[in-house]
Amino acid sequence: MREVLRVAQPGILTTIQDAGRPNAVASGVPPGGAMDRFAHFAANLLVGNERGAAALECTLKGPRLAVLQPCTVAITGADFDPRVNGASVPSWTAIPLAAGDELAFGGRRAGARAYIAVDGGVLGDRWLGSLSTNLMCARGGMHGRALAAQDVVSAGEAMQPVASGRTLRADLRPPYGDRVLQVIPGPHFGRLDPESQPLLFSTPFTLSHDSNRMGYRLNGPRLEASSDELLSFGVLAGVVQLPIGGQPIILMADHQTAGGYPVIATVISASMPVAAQLAPGDEVRFVQTSIEDALRARTAQRETLESLTS
Amino acid sequence: MPPPRSAARVRVHPLGEAAVLAELGTRLDTALNTRAIALAAALKRRREVRQAIAGYATVTVQFDPDQISHDALAAAIRRLATKRPPMEEPGRLHRIPVVYDGPDLDDVAHRLGLSRDRVIDLHVRPIYRAFLVGFVPGWAYLGPLPDELVLPRRPVPRTTVPAGSVAIAGQQTGIYPLASPGGWHLIGRTSVRLFLPDSDPPSLFRAGDRVKFFPAGA
Repeated sequence: MREVLRVAQPGILTTIQDAGRPNAVASGVPPGGAMDRFAHFAANLLVGNERGAAALECTLKGPRLAVLQPCTVAITGADFDPRVNGASVPSWTAIPLAAGDELAFGGRRAGARAYIAVDGGVLGDRWLGSLSTNLMCARGGMHGRALAAQDVVSAGEAMQPVASGRTLRADLRPPYGDRVLQVIPGPHFGRLDPESQPLLFSTPFTLSHDSNRMGYRLNGPRLEASSDELLSFGVLAGVVQLPIGGQPIILMADHQTAGGYPVIATVISASMPVAAQLAPGDEVRFVQTSIEDALRARTAQRETLESLTS
Repeated sequence: MPPPRSAARVRVHPLGEAAVLAELGTRLDTALNTRAIALAAALKRRREVRQAIAGYATVTVQFDPDQISHDALAAAIRRLATKRPPMEEPGRLHRIPVVYDGPDLDDVAHRLGLSRDRVIDLHVRPIYRAFLVGFVPGWAYLGPLPDELVLPRRPVPRTTVPAGSVAIAGQQTGIYPLASPGGWHLIGRTSVRLFLPDSDPPSLFRAGDRVKFFPAGA
């Protein structure tokens, strides 16, 4: 164990996240984990970690971190203008840091969640098989809470020497700027009124300020659906529910594990990183796609990530 | 032996490209739920299945699309659903003491045209089934509730319901494991802890378990 970073300022919501605890859903515990799996995996691979190692997820604003021991970091996902000792450094690139350096951020330029991976992987409390922070249950990561000033972030022993300067080209990253989510119509799409069905795809929605790691509430045209109650069933991240009131909700990483609202669509895996980078107030559009195209996009993202391991 | 007629009606809907919702039926029914739990268990044993969670009458399946296509998985689900479920082990029986002093008890009695004591009497009578564990950590949807106690949920949900509240809505009853918003009618409270964060699994109830309430102190 190496104590690598001390938190000078924590940002708004900086938590330790890994690939989550998918098996805990049988007990009603959200799977959790990094919201943007592509950025999270890429950050880890750039510093030579297993892709699912724990890293820091920084929401809307970056932290200010003092470097305690030499380490290599990669910052991916949102662009918060990363700086080392005041000088800009590139995102999506392995950066060597020395003891005494300061890693800080100038401010948000694009996206909602930045990931900071450290070689060796960030350490934290393990709960139900995962280091991910679950704020509702106050378990996992940094003692079940967001990072606070004076916290010390530790990392495991680095597994292999890292080639600093290793980078992931911009054209290989998800199309974050498009703010388009590709979806496959859901089991209850047919419950939407005939007038509401095209509205889902023709009108932009705005992410409400009441959006968080559990789910995104969308403001837009009121969608009308038949109101028969459904018996509750298991749900997953990416599911677009239509609660009473007609404003859809996209379930995100810390989602409730079951629900009874109609599922009108599901965001495909390859679009979930784009969803993860939406901030309250952002406009977003749904575009219908096919299972075949969703699989092609999924494979393309996986191959991009695999290219970082070689 | 021909498959049960209902098996032919299993509907498999995509949930994105790597999950499906398999619908065995649309009724709150113990036999359907037994089949859903058995189907989820059978699916979990398959290599390409990452997670299978039974709902009341559904199974939500996450799978690896690199190992099996959507259509092949749907066919496998239909085939498994035609199999007679193994004889179900009776679920573990939990006896839960309840102090029947919930803030909605009088209102529930009034709206149902029953006395308070009659509401309590009806609520403690059945052995309920845990149809589904989920929604929030440790929550179980229990039922079916006696017909005399069926009420729609409150029109405006409470912003906070205390942990341990015993509640009813529709044909269901349940216990809030954590303080959370909620739209069910609160008729009592229990000191039994449903969410056990330091145990694995962290939920007292599992799908298929049986639950019997009794008045605390009785």
